[in-house]
Amino acid sequence: MNKFFKGMKFGLQASALALSLSVAAHVQAKSGYVFVSSEKDDVVTVFDAKGMNKVTEIKTSERPRAMQLSKDGSLLYVACGDDDAIDVIDVAALKVKKSIDIGEDPDRFDISPDEKFLYASNEDDGLVTVYSLEEDKKVAEIEVGEEPEGVLVSPDNRLVYVASEVANMIHVIDVESREIIENIVVGNRPRRMELTPDLKELWVSNEVGGTITILDTTTYEQTAELSFAPKGMRAESISPVGMAMTKDGKLTYVTLGNANHVAVIETATHKVLDYILVGKRAWGISLNDDESRLYVTNGKSDDLAVIDTERLKVIKSVPAGRVPHDVVVDD
Amino acid sequence: MKVIRPLLACCAVGLTFMGLPAVALSAELQTVNIALIEYEEDPRYKDNIIDARYQAQPWGRLEVAAKLAIKESRFAAQKKGVKFELDRQSVSELSALPELIQSLEAQGTQYFLLDLPGEGVKQVAQASKKPSSLLFNLSALDNNLRNEYCQANLLHIAPSQRMLTDAMAQYLVAKKWKEVLVLYSESEADTRYLKSLQTSAKKFGVDIVNEKPFKLGNDPRQRYRNNISLLTAKDDYDVVYVVDHSGEFAVDVPYSIIQPRPVVGAAGLVADWWHWAWERNGAPQVNKRFMKKGKRQMTGYDWSAWMAVKVIAEGVLRQETFAPNQLLDTLLDKEFKLDGAKGYPLNFKPWNHQLRQPVFLTSLNRVIDRAPVEGFLHPVNNLDVLGNDRGEGQCDLSKSTASGAK
Repeated sequence: MNKFFKGMKFGLQASALALSLSVAAHVQAKSGYVFVSSEKDDVVTVFDAKGMNKVTEIKTSERPRAMQLSKDGSLLYVACGDDDAIDVIDVAALKVKKSIDIGEDPDRFDISPDEKFLYASNEDDGLVTVYSLEEDKKVAEIEVGEEPEGVLVSPDNRLVYVASEVANMIHVIDVESREIIENIVVGNRPRRMELTPDLKELWVSNEVGGTITILDTTTYEQTAELSFAPKGMRAESISPVGMAMTKDGKLTYVTLGNANHVAVIETATHKVLDYILVGKRAWGISLNDDESRLYVTNGKSDDLAVIDTERLKVIKSVPAGRVPHDVVVDD
Repeated sequence: MKVIRPLLACCAVGLTFMGLPAVALSAELQTVNIALIEYEEDPRYKDNIIDARYQAQPWGRLEVAAKLAIKESRFAAQKKGVKFELDRQSVSELSALPELIQSLEAQGTQYFLLDLPGEGVKQVAQASKKPSSLLFNLSALDNNLRNEYCQANLLHIAPSQRMLTDAMAQYLVAKKWKEVLVLYSESEADTRYLKSLQTSAKKFGVDIVNEKPFKLGNDPRQRYRNNISLLTAKDDYDVVYVVDHSGEFAVDVPYSIIQPRPVVGAAGLVADWWHWAWERNGAPQVNKRFMKKGKRQMTGYDWSAWMAVKVIAEGVLRQETFAPNQLLDTLLDKEFKLDGAKGYPLNFKPWNHQLRQPVFLTSLNRVIDRAPVEGFLHPVNNLDVLGNDRGEGQCDLSKSTASGAK
């Protein structure tokens, strides 16, 4: 074997080692916490996922809303709208370790799959801010329709989808050029988005429209529009916002806002299987790791509902600060 | 438009050109004019009235709000290959309105935002009845425009007086403040306002214990009409309702009545269709955008202008391809929904083309409640507990429109 090949073999071994190291980092123990952001208290409340007892409150910048964990679970990013910041919480220490200056009124955000960039919607300005997590600075601003809300980076790191609540559109942004390559008309006041695991469908919740628009991700055409009719609820109170899809993509859970219910949908058939009564203005939603529990924040009853996904019933409801917004589960 | 340069040279492509998304730069955009029609002598816009910041009165002209909505609609407009432009026009006499409207129509304008007193709206409506011309009433609250003077191409963005008095009546009943002393002026406008209140009171079960005419001034010979203590001394009541379309008398009534009771109507707790302090439904963002451009807080009148443009833009967006002559049908389609940043999907009542909307019950710096007040339900659409319901009143346009929208 010549020298060149030897070198290459060594290189392969080294990268295999690096790979196993990074896998080890990813499977590090979960914190076992449930995090809830409270818009009016400026705190993230921490619960232990097992007993749902309150562990502590983490003081944040003003008006914490959207949250996301880093892949290794060591950091929790929290968008704090009234302080124009994204706080970074050290999960081990349960403290804010730094605050990223992200521009006016950050609402939702998403982190690229390689964790190099953070894309945040600036609600007041009609901008998406691109922030380099490696260089620790803002690198671009992209103009979009007013009140941008949901931000979703495609798992192949090629596209960023942004919902504009005022333009009633999904903007498709090319990651490379940072330009809008398509504007897709959806329902009224689009809020959040979910991609099906096969990446073929983009689900969009329309708060005022009261529907879910399903888009084909290759043609950008609407393929279906789902509507809801929980028993005893007025059509005008149905305001879908939060969505959570199971990892296998079989089920999608949608919070219906002022209709106080969560809809359980069979993703493939678009059939609504059930409605679960949760609390007033059901908003944020998250599944735990084994998907046995579903957590929902109720903005107008200041609590967090814990749902058993087997029985599709609320098994516990805990106070979660004034106007609880988002929930992240790390168990 | 605030555009911040990208911070790294390598990312210079991060911004779109001239504030327009890159995707449609190549396409030619068709200009669509939206005319804003004003009356120079409009008493509601006199300097001293504007400066006084009366509750539920305009705090400035509506151009800023209309322009803001045009900016917000640029993506929708562009998607359909159009570009909205505001054409601000005014008359010094209301009698000049028909000629102005017809000349604008002759130049191809089809969409008119009317910021006029009720009489002006009537004049315009008389002059333009074509379904291809859409008249948006921004600021005339007169119930008769939604009744005997209703017309298919006249769309009311501002709520009717009845919607406002209904909202207040619901609140009073919910609070059990049912015994009401009414102070009113004998002007024509307040006579109609009083009638609206009487209808609402009857519908929701508010008991008017007495109605007393007031008069602005300090003449001691008129003291039983201009002295607030004397006006409110004899009766027994839960609340004083001031019927004052201009707000000039009402502003002095809170804390001046002889009994320790709340004041509602044109001062104190006031029914309004927008308020800068509303914290939900994206309203803070709308208010902040307005504040940046207008350098003042946004009022219901501003909301009307903003909303009217959004109605046009949303209609255009929901059309297959832009068809200006069919826009009325699109707006009246039963699937048509609007986001007014105050909750509930909004649309038009098919029988009188009034925009359905919630109404706020407001203090100076707070929204106290939102009507429909909890507990007031309607068999079809809860928003219809505000204002004339189907079959009530003297207007039924639902049969006459081409779409037949119900």
